[in-house]
Amino acid sequence: MIHATAAEMAKALAAKEISSVDLTKAHLDRIAEVDSQVKAFLHVDADGALAQAQAVDEKIASGQTLSPLAGVPLALKDVLTQQGVPTTAGSKILQGWRPPYDSTVVAKLKAAGVVIVGKTNMDEFAMGSSTENSGYGPTFNPWDLSRTPGGSSGGSAAAVSAYEAPIAIGSDTGGSIRQPAALTGIVGVRPTYGAVSRFGLIAYSSSLDQAGPFGRTVLDTALLHEIISGHDPKDATSISAPVPAVVHAARNGDVKGVKIGVIKQLQGEGYQKGVQARFDESLQTLASLGAEIVEVDCPSFEYALAAYYLIAPSECSSNLARFDAMRYGLRTGDGQGASAESVMSKTRDAGFGREVKRRIILGTYALSSGYYDAYYGSAQKIRTLIIQDYAKAFTQADVLVSPTAPTTAYKIGEKVDDPMAMYLGDVATIPVNLAGICGMSLPAGLADEDNLPVGFQIMAPAMQDQRLYQVGAALEAALNSKWGGPLLAKAPALGGVK
Amino acid sequence: MSSLSRDEVAKLAALARIEMTEAELLELSSQFGMILDAVARVQEVDLSGVKATSHPQPLENVARPDVVAPSLSPEAALSGAPAQEESRFQVPQILGEAE
Repeated sequence: MIHATAAEMAKALAAKEISSVDLTKAHLDRIAEVDSQVKAFLHVDADGALAQAQAVDEKIASGQTLSPLAGVPLALKDVLTQQGVPTTAGSKILQGWRPPYDSTVVAKLKAAGVVIVGKTNMDEFAMGSSTENSGYGPTFNPWDLSRTPGGSSGGSAAAVSAYEAPIAIGSDTGGSIRQPAALTGIVGVRPTYGAVSRFGLIAYSSSLDQAGPFGRTVLDTALLHEIISGHDPKDATSISAPVPAVVHAARNGDVKGVKIGVIKQLQGEGYQKGVQARFDESLQTLASLGAEIVEVDCPSFEYALAAYYLIAPSECSSNLARFDAMRYGLRTGDGQGASAESVMSKTRDAGFGREVKRRIILGTYALSSGYYDAYYGSAQKIRTLIIQDYAKAFTQADVLVSPTAPTTAYKIGEKVDDPMAMYLGDVATIPVNLAGICGMSLPAGLADEDNLPVGFQIMAPAMQDQRLYQVGAALEAALNSKWGGPLLAKAPALGGVK
Repeated sequence: MSSLSRDEVAKLAALARIEMTEAELLELSSQFGMILDAVARVQEVDLSGVKATSHPQPLENVARPDVVAPSLSPEAALSGAPAQEESRFQVPQILGEAE
């Protein structure tokens, strides 16, 4: 039952062939069986999930027409608030906090009858690319337990890849949905900035953050995308426009006559041989399906990583000021006449991990008078140039493509002491965030040298998210037929270490 | 090659209200030069005449209709407070002894 797609599960639920309670129990059993190895979850809400499943079963029994994913289990990244359920954003500073309100994403999931089974592990405050920066220990890649699942939404990606949930929610500030999707052999989409409400999404970098869906298929991802999207008056940056027809596009994959632009700057040198090989093959597949492949030039992308690692830390140094030990979360150093400032400083040292401190200090530096124009100001101008590069490229192509990440999954501990090496893993995903557009990663096969999954990235203009699904569905169908089934079927049984 | 001394890191940490240990200050100081060199690449480009982008969407003065809507009760708002008194957040001493 747990190996079916979310669409198949929903169909069986609507036809009363299975119950949501049984489906949820099957996933809770799977979590109990494998999560001691994968460590995808920070908190499993068995009682809450079963209550939600019971409610959906009753509605189905009474003949109500429900949403396309009603009764289907989902794993939720711990960066989104869920009322009464522990929410930490992977940080010790929020250990034990139970939010008094639902994020808009969670409210929409509940309204759609989606069953939230638990909160997934992540790099602390979504700062990282391997889930090793979590305050609660790393998550392990189901394909090879000695490797990272990517990050920062590594817990959500690993949960879907390990059949602990068919779908999951992540958030993507610099690639944190697409990169872990690539490294665990599943599909992940970062929707257009503003398409999914950020209300209740614990902020890292407000002008870049966006929640989005994971699934094992393009269609499952589209079904979830549609449910969480839409205008929200509680988020001033929420787009007031109809949700793109992503489900229709996912059901009608087609690339005949579609112009696909290969970004010159996001391939070749620095990309692992097996990654480049699978990417090139996917391009040939798309061409054989009738797509027209063109090369596009985006010269400013060379500076995207530098701009990102100024803008995101700058915004985070401001956003994380709210963790002040006064209203919620950790408080240490209190008593004996200690000043508020001293309590705040001691609490922030005790509650934040190394990478979070590193980024707050970098952001504080980049925003300080005397350096502001040279660092933050310049980065904002680079951002304009990247937007202009995309605008020009999208006059030459309907979608743009690249490998999602330059390498396959790396070993736990390999890059944790070398921040710059870790940051380089985001080189192909960051431009999307800086421009506020949308992007998808889907499986392109296994690299020859290590038999680990490779991701193929598709990018489309703002609010043209349906193009990702139209092209993604066509590529997925062609590759699955070539492989004789989905890529995930090739994953080794859990417990294996390479 | 950029660099940031231990004392400069300590000043930034104080501004950011993080009381770092000596070991943390030294580690950050040793890593900062490399990180600053990498991000300083934004200065290699001729940016004269280029406008800054603070946000990917051209939105201005977004406001919702001015109508009363439900909000958190005082109990809910205080539910995560480290300390509370008389339906308020209780905070450590803000002013010094002499003030």
